Amino acid sequence: MSERQHMLPVWFFIGILLTAYGVIIFITSLIDWPHPSAAILSQYHPSFWGGILLLVIGGVYVFHFWPRRPRR
Amino acid sequence: MAMTCSFAAVFLWSGASRLISLAPSDVLIIALYFVTVLGIGLYLRRYANTSNDFFMAGREMTAWVAGLSFLSANLGAIELMGWAGSTYEYGILAAHFYWIAAFPSMVFLGLVMMPFYYISKTHSVPGYLQLRYGEATRALSGISFAFMTVLMSGINMYAMALVMKVVLGWNIHFSIWVSSLTVAVYVALGGLYSAIFNEVLQFFLIWLGALVIPVLGLIEVGGWSGLQAKIFERMHSNDYVHLWSGLGSFSTNPMGVHWTGVVFGLGGAIACGYWTTDFLVVQRAMAAKDLRSAQLAPIIASYFKMVVPLIVILPGLLGLAVLPYKLVPQSAAGPGMHSYNEVLPLMLARYAGPGLLGLGVTALIAGFMSGMAGNVSAFATVWTYDIYQPYIKKGMSDEHYVKIGRWCTILGVILSIGTAYFVTSFKSIMDYMQALVGFFISPLFGSVVVGMLWKRATAKGGFWGLLAGTGSSVAMYTAVKIHPAWLRYVALSPDAKDMAENLYRALWSLLICVFVTIAVSLFTERKPKEQLQGLVWSYTKFPPAEAMPVWKKPWFWAVGVAIFFGVLQWVFW
Repeated sequence: MSERQHMLPVWFFIGILLTAYGVIIFITSLIDWPHPSAAILSQYHPSFWGGILLLVIGGVYVFHFWPRRPRR
Repeated sequence: MAMTCSFAAVFLWSGASRLISLAPSDVLIIALYFVTVLGIGLYLRRYANTSNDFFMAGREMTAWVAGLSFLSANLGAIELMGWAGSTYEYGILAAHFYWIAAFPSMVFLGLVMMPFYYISKTHSVPGYLQLRYGEATRALSGISFAFMTVLMSGINMYAMALVMKVVLGWNIHFSIWVSSLTVAVYVALGGLYSAIFNEVLQFFLIWLGALVIPVLGLIEVGGWSGLQAKIFERMHSNDYVHLWSGLGSFSTNPMGVHWTGVVFGLGGAIACGYWTTDFLVVQRAMAAKDLRSAQLAPIIASYFKMVVPLIVILPGLLGLAVLPYKLVPQSAAGPGMHSYNEVLPLMLARYAGPGLLGLGVTALIAGFMSGMAGNVSAFATVWTYDIYQPYIKKGMSDEHYVKIGRWCTILGVILSIGTAYFVTSFKSIMDYMQALVGFFISPLFGSVVVGMLWKRATAKGGFWGLLAGTGSSVAMYTAVKIHPAWLRYVALSPDAKDMAENLYRALWSLLICVFVTIAVSLFTERKPKEQLQGLVWSYTKFPPAEAMPVWKKPWFWAVGVAIFFGVLQWVFW
């Protein structure tokens, strides 16, 4: 039981994965910036904004649920 | 390393044409997902060593985790792609399967039925039936559920493999085996903990992966009014963008249904049957840490169910408005043509560039895999508790049943793989499989709800009611299959179309189940009051309500979702 109390919450794993995805997508968008893909409305660089969104959401979850921080 | 990559490349790409080409960043995103779910399973292994932990996730899930997994267990890729395809075919009427088919039944589960499931401490819906009605009803329900859930798991795998072949050009065998083995590993290791963790993860991936479609799609068409105008221009009809106004008659809407079928058949019989008795979803709410969380879980899920149409229905409507070619039914899709069910990946390919495309494909894969994981974990629970323990080996240690649960998980996956290959040989079997599920769901709701609310219901009444309801559903289905014109008798109208058969068959089978349960109960002996404590409304002492602010109470949030539902119906009337 005491071990279970230290179980990392699912939100932490979500944060880690979304942060990793955010990094990949953000970097991809920068690499592709001069040559947008053939996707419709690619001139708005949705990967750039999507990457930032993932980094923000992932970062918030990782920060809030980092193991050393007291959980609510 | 090079040989591994070459082997993978040869094995992966079957040479078939594909809708989408993946960039290296997309492949990396997909690979990272597999690594993550396996890692989560390995991590959770240490916490899943008792039967309570392995099968019920320790019954310690918070309302939010239980609620999101409750929704995600249903929100598989078949759901997403299938309903986007149905929207392309029927218009916004498909949203009824997210709105009226969710809110009343989920709230009913949370406020009325969950207390009985939770207070009785049952581990499954068949387990509740055993307590309420006896072994015969439990056996009928348990065996049919175990059988169906493995079939549905296999269908999930086959559907995923087919989608990956069409969309990405992946080899069918590769898709089936890699995904199945991944699911087998992480569920066998972490049990329901793993399944729930990955369902919550999948929830985020689905939303973030699919969001690009409605956002860019609405920009492209010029908002909702622009979308309506474009659809009218193509279809020469406003029926595709109105939710209720065309349901006064079977002949005035693309789906060929009447509002009574939608309200009572779909919202009543089918929805209640699924959301309140399908153990795949109910298990998630049962895993909550206390009664309040268990009640809140389906209510939280109902809020998200109200907004899922943004990523499922809207893409279907956008496809209707902007795709430069017409999609066709699956049966009519020849070379160079696309079926209705491909509308979601087609819209993803339309708007998502490298990176976002990988995220979208990962969301679809995650949806398929969590669907399989959910079915397999529910199968392992029902098999171990409702078939193995009572009928094969009673009185063994807790450790023994956990071991059985792990082996059942592997067995469930192997059976699912077998089913997936079986389905590849008989493609139309998928339609029959879906019907099979429908035979049991609505009558099961009848048996459970009568048992919960009426103290006079007897064991024989419960068994014969369930059997009569199921038998009548099979009979109606078979009759309409043999004589399609008889649909007019099931749906009570000569203008009814195929979808109406599902709705009205569910309604009649539910009513037949309830009628037979009541009729047989009146002439048979009921269980003594002492054996019904905690199982029936009149004999259940509900825990006294804790003092808490009104906004923390489940009924408060139930009223909120009712208002939300009402607003949506009015806006899209």
